[in-house]
Amino acid sequence: MTGATTAAAPDQEDKEPPASGDPFDRDVLPSPPGATRTLLRSLLSPLRGRVVLTAVLLLLQQAAVQAGPLLVAYAIDHAVPAFRADDHGPLLAVAVGFLLCASAAGALQYAFVTASARVSQDVLLDLRGRIFRHAQALSVDFHERYTSGRLISRSTTDVEALRELLEEGLQELVTVVLSCVYISVLLLWLDLGLGAVAVASFLPLYAMVRSYQRRARRVYRRRSTAMAAVIVKFVETMNGIRPVRAFRREAANDAAFRVLNRRHERSNGDALLEMARYVVGSRVIANTTVALVVLWGAYRVATGSLALGVLAAAVLYLRRLYDPIDRLGMFLNSYQSAAASLEKIAGLLAQTPGVPEPAAPRELPPRRSGQPGRTVVFDSVRFAYRTGGEVLPRFDLTLEAGQTVAVVGSTGAGKSTLAKLLARFYDPTEGRVLLDGVDLRDLAVPELRRGVVMVTQEAFLFSGTVAENIALGRPDATREQIERAAKEIGAHDFIAALPDGYDTDVRKRGGRISAGQRQLVSFARALLADPAVLILDEATSSLDIPGERAVQRAMATVLEGRTAVVIAHRLSTVEIADRVLVMEHGRIVEDGTPADLIAGTGRFADLHRAWRDSLT
Amino acid sequence: MATTTPSSAVRDQPDPESATAAPAGKAGAARERSTVRTLLRLWPYVRPVRMRLFSAAFVAVIASCIGLVIPLVLKWMVDGPIARRDPAGVWLGALFLLLLGLTEALLFGFRRWLVARPLSHVEAEMRADLYRHLQRLPVAFHDRWPSGQLLSRATTDLMLLRMFLAFPLTFLLVNGVTILVGVIIMLVQDWALGLVVLVPAVPLLITCVVFEKKYSEASRAAQDQVGDLTTVVEESVLGIRIIKGFGRHRSQARAFRQLAGRLRGMELRKARLLATILGVIVTLPEVAVGAALVLGCVRVADGQLSAGTLVAFLSTALALRWPVESIGFLLAMSQEAGTATERYFEVMDARPEPAVRKAPPAPEAPRAQASCKALGTRRSFEVPEAPRPAAVPVPSGLRFENVTFRYPDAPPDSPPVLDRVDLHIRPGESLALVGATGSGKTTLTALVPRLYDVTSGRITLDGVDIAEMPREELRSKVAVAFEDPTLFSATVKENVLMGAREEELRRALGVAQADFVYGLPDGVDTQVGEQGLSLSGGQRQRLALARAVAGRPDFLVLDDPLSALDVHTEAAVEAALRRVLADTTALIVAHRPSTVLLADRVALLSGGRIAAVGTHHELLHTNPEYAYLMAADPAGEREAER
Repeated sequence: MTGATTAAAPDQEDKEPPASGDPFDRDVLPSPPGATRTLLRSLLSPLRGRVVLTAVLLLLQQAAVQAGPLLVAYAIDHAVPAFRADDHGPLLAVAVGFLLCASAAGALQYAFVTASARVSQDVLLDLRGRIFRHAQALSVDFHERYTSGRLISRSTTDVEALRELLEEGLQELVTVVLSCVYISVLLLWLDLGLGAVAVASFLPLYAMVRSYQRRARRVYRRRSTAMAAVIVKFVETMNGIRPVRAFRREAANDAAFRVLNRRHERSNGDALLEMARYVVGSRVIANTTVALVVLWGAYRVATGSLALGVLAAAVLYLRRLYDPIDRLGMFLNSYQSAAASLEKIAGLLAQTPGVPEPAAPRELPPRRSGQPGRTVVFDSVRFAYRTGGEVLPRFDLTLEAGQTVAVVGSTGAGKSTLAKLLARFYDPTEGRVLLDGVDLRDLAVPELRRGVVMVTQEAFLFSGTVAENIALGRPDATREQIERAAKEIGAHDFIAALPDGYDTDVRKRGGRISAGQRQLVSFARALLADPAVLILDEATSSLDIPGERAVQRAMATVLEGRTAVVIAHRLSTVEIADRVLVMEHGRIVEDGTPADLIAGTGRFADLHRAWRDSLT
Repeated sequence: MATTTPSSAVRDQPDPESATAAPAGKAGAARERSTVRTLLRLWPYVRPVRMRLFSAAFVAVIASCIGLVIPLVLKWMVDGPIARRDPAGVWLGALFLLLLGLTEALLFGFRRWLVARPLSHVEAEMRADLYRHLQRLPVAFHDRWPSGQLLSRATTDLMLLRMFLAFPLTFLLVNGVTILVGVIIMLVQDWALGLVVLVPAVPLLITCVVFEKKYSEASRAAQDQVGDLTTVVEESVLGIRIIKGFGRHRSQARAFRQLAGRLRGMELRKARLLATILGVIVTLPEVAVGAALVLGCVRVADGQLSAGTLVAFLSTALALRWPVESIGFLLAMSQEAGTATERYFEVMDARPEPAVRKAPPAPEAPRAQASCKALGTRRSFEVPEAPRPAAVPVPSGLRFENVTFRYPDAPPDSPPVLDRVDLHIRPGESLALVGATGSGKTTLTALVPRLYDVTSGRITLDGVDIAEMPREELRSKVAVAFEDPTLFSATVKENVLMGAREEELRRALGVAQADFVYGLPDGVDTQVGEQGLSLSGGQRQRLALARAVAGRPDFLVLDDPLSALDVHTEAAVEAALRRVLADTTALIVAHRPSTVLLADRVALLSGGRIAAVGTHHELLHTNPEYAYLMAADPAGEREAER
């Protein structure tokens, strides 16, 4: 286990950062030194008891397995002469001993394999869960910078690499090490001289392993980089198959893929050749040692200073000693790739959530009956990206409870950032966002989401039924409540027309749901969640006009009793607003009722005129 | 193969979901599942490297047999020089051993050297084939197969196959031969002892057969469960904003934990199976060797057997230990390779789109070519107005004739998405397509570049049935801007041009009002997409639009091209687009009056049929459904009525 040290060494010289010094451009996120080791330790320490048990099982199993040649030596040197002297006892003992060892070896083998599988599966379960939970806990800001593809490969291929190491590699290693120790001890015990020769052969073998490890690491790194490039190209083509087909990119893609694939093929071949060199080298050492032991041993038997049985046993043991050498190479392979993967995982887990949950959560003051929504206060809030670049300069803003506020402005004016601060997808760089006087940072997640819900432009559907997708807003909702929400928003008709109505699986046959319909589903979801503050960020962009109108009509009732922030570049939404904020370059440049602003001569009046014109 | 329509080919494919739910379901029941037969399908890929592979196996057999000769040398030494106390003989024996050892080492290395490059080549070839094949499968196939499922076939499964070709395949043979030779040597040394050692072979074989079957099922189930788990991971990452927005990450984590827990259960089942077979494989031969030892000792004591023979016999028996024990994991690996092969060919067996649908030869083809040319020349002139006089029959534009469409995976008796659609877009004309959410507008646009094939009826471009046109040619004439603008990991330039001439870049970016690209860190050479700069929805939409116009296509299909733009940008794009549309035949899906006004005429799609065609103002006044779809608010509706 301690071998993991080398994994902590970051390997970045092979990666070509596509741009700047942004750490997110690299596959391996910076992590504190030794993070890989700490991770491995924290995964294994809860299972300490069972790890020990597994090790003991293996110890006993190896003892049973390695007893064979010893019994052979005993049989030849003692049982045969005794048998000749009509003493059947020793031979009987050999028979019983062999039977016992054989059954013990088999039974212990079973016990060990199942026990070690349990340990490794528990480690994997823990690790998978950790990555998943951690990725979910990380802020939206993180997700926007660390691409989804990488995150997915962290929890799939990288975990897979560790699985291989745990399931096959580690067992191999422990078996190899244990049998080496056992056999060496046995050899030394059988005959000090012969044993010493065998043990001495470990020195060149060790050097061999080290040099293989060094060279293999380089090749493997090259191979994994090549593989990553292949994967990216592959996934991208499959996800963008429509434009690929429509723009006839097949042949060009084939050519590009061929280049990447070739690069992988070459490094793959290099890796296999390294392995071949290792096998030749280690076998030469092993077989030379065998020949030396035989030479010396036979010489001594010939001169009478060694029993024949001992020589036989020594040779049998030696052959066994070197049998697993190839497998040691395989272990090194899986170790290399697992170490690289663990390093990446450790880097991910070392990221602290940018939007942490409060240590001592507070509760929102209870809503007085009849109180419409909650009051939102932006208190000297300023927001800048961590990498620099101010998005929102310091500002103050109060949204009265029950108000419907429309935010308009061109792309990049900071509308979405404002919304994300309110939904606590981001935390402000300075200042506070208050909900009924409570800082959002002091609210636990369930409390926060009872307070604020945001519906975004991308209407993603999870696999499952339509009803389940709506119920995401409130998992304990009854079918009636789900349908009521869908009806209110105007989604009921199309859902009822699906093959299985609300129980239609959105990923299965007949479940094709258009972009506009998806947005209706996500509205229903938000409605069901029944938050005090509702944020709609470009949530109607894919709806057609009747759909938008239905949503608007519904909103008149839906927004009743809530505070609402509506971001839209379609000004139709603005008409239901009590108040309009016009943003530009991160600042609120106009603020007033729609009627006042339209009547004025400001930017909003301009926008509104342009929009009216576009309708005719 | 090329004669069947892709729709029927797709229907033949096992649904990935159903495969997940019932590993031994439909697909398995149809043809008997035999690992050997499945693995034989790899032959076409292995064929080119067969010489290398065979030689490698041969070399490995020799190396293995050398390992078996070593005990014989030992025997010779024990019974000869050692018994005779002859140091020179001992030297000779040891030297011989050394030689044998070195040869064995070199042969093992030689075997690996023989297969290293060829096997990586096989893996790469299979991957390239898969990729090439997938790119040519119908879009309907991709609708049903998540990319994660495809990716796992291209990576893990192919790696398993390479490993199978490198080890289990060779070593099942090599170990088999080694065991056989070893058994013969033992029988020759002493047939009675040899028979004793052979006794466990039968129960061992039976156990292996039973194991193979069970393990195959267990490993398929586990592999599919991994697929399900991957889906949850993918969705939780892609839908992160929704999960966060509703504070659902705990329940999501619970769901994940449940699935992962189930996977753990399956893996443990696999481990128990493996443990059982390993236990049997360790115990039985060892018992037999023990029996042989006791029997041998008795006979040595009786003087019927020399000590050297017993030593040689036992070292042979013990040398066979690894070949016998390894059978367990070699079988397991072969099993997994079998599953991998099955998964690989599940995809490879799906039929690619035929280049041209089998149909009677097109009588209008020559005329169509002429009309193409006519259109091409006309493009160089400024046409003051769209060529309304459609009476001129030469270039006949884009025509839908009695087109019915049902998704290939929809039940055949379900109502079609498009039902006998007739629609004609005259050359140079642009037509807006309007319809309620979910009325099939996007579906209709996908039929033009033949992303899907019509179920019945036909679509003609300048008189030529698109089903008879090579796809390559069709798609060079038609360009599409999709509703969901996908950018690839490449530079802005590459994303826009997609193979078009470089001079078009500036113009295309101009039409789409995508001047923002010049302000990006590296201008048009800035990397975008998954591995580069992320752009906003509006920016991506403009690049998709630029991409569509960059190739100067004869036919342009735009699916709601301005939905994500703000009012000012929209107006600017409209103005520029109007100039392009003046001489391009175009089909534009529109949700809003402003987009509709880009087109010369509008068609209303309702209930899967074209309900009305006319100008925006005509329809606004004559068609209540259209007025309902287009009027922004009740006030607008009233205006429309006036």
